[in-house]
Amino acid sequence: MDNIIQQIHGVPLNHYLIFCSVIFSIGVLGVLIRRNVIIIMMSIELMLNSVNLLLAAFSAHSGDPSGQVFVFFIMALAAAEVAVGLAIIIMVYRNTKSVDIETLSRLRW
Amino acid sequence: MTLFYFVAFLSIFFALMTIFTKNPVHSVLYLVITFFTFTVHYILLNAQFLAVVNFIAYMGAIMVLFLFVLMLLNLNKETEPMRSHVVKFMGAIAGMCLLITFLGAFRVLETDTGLVVADPEIGLVKNLGKVLFKDFLLPFEISSILLLTAMVGAVLLAKKETRVKQNG
Repeated sequence: MDNIIQQIHGVPLNHYLIFCSVIFSIGVLGVLIRRNVIIIMMSIELMLNSVNLLLAAFSAHSGDPSGQVFVFFIMALAAAEVAVGLAIIIMVYRNTKSVDIETLSRLRW
Repeated sequence: MTLFYFVAFLSIFFALMTIFTKNPVHSVLYLVITFFTFTVHYILLNAQFLAVVNFIAYMGAIMVLFLFVLMLLNLNKETEPMRSHVVKFMGAIAGMCLLITFLGAFRVLETDTGLVVADPEIGLVKNLGKVLFKDFLLPFEISSILLLTAMVGAVLLAKKETRVKQNG
């Protein structure tokens, strides 16, 4: 276990911030440029995961275990969100035969 | 120290592959690899509980759910809807603007550039369990109700509505 801790020694907290914001931006980019609803949900998962990693890093930095408990709750929330979201996608696909998000624009009226 | 940068590079690479691959099944598989690199990050932070939960719940359950739905809907490269190049370009510019805003904010913020000192005790299952069942007992129980609600809702949503079809 000691050499695992040695591996992380010397990485500044700023680099975790930069890395996680890069991953978050990639998630936002995925939401913007894709039309497949499932891939958009996957991009949302990517964003959630980047925030999780940042919470874990800050919790290890400040020595407070509450951050890691929060990550656990976010994971439970993500599981619930994915279950309901995929059920909605299956229902939409059954009615429209498409996973294109543009077909959902008829919800405006 | 170099291990962190190597794994971070792998995470960014596979995350980019996730959103740029045309085939949705490949996209899910790349996302699984991305989550695996995140598990390695948790291990590096010595957050063993989170690493195990990430491995089992995220990679094992959620990603299999995604893959299952993709296979069920029979999606592949040919049926994949793509945005036009103009919208893609604008999306790329917007994403880069967000990233630049983040980086500029971090520069101004001047967070203490202290090292990530991984407290060796904090992420272990024993200590995290103590916190979870002492300070966060009520949210923990409520999250079980949330999962039950999600399960009932998912079954109710995805079930075929037989009665409506008989009427129509």
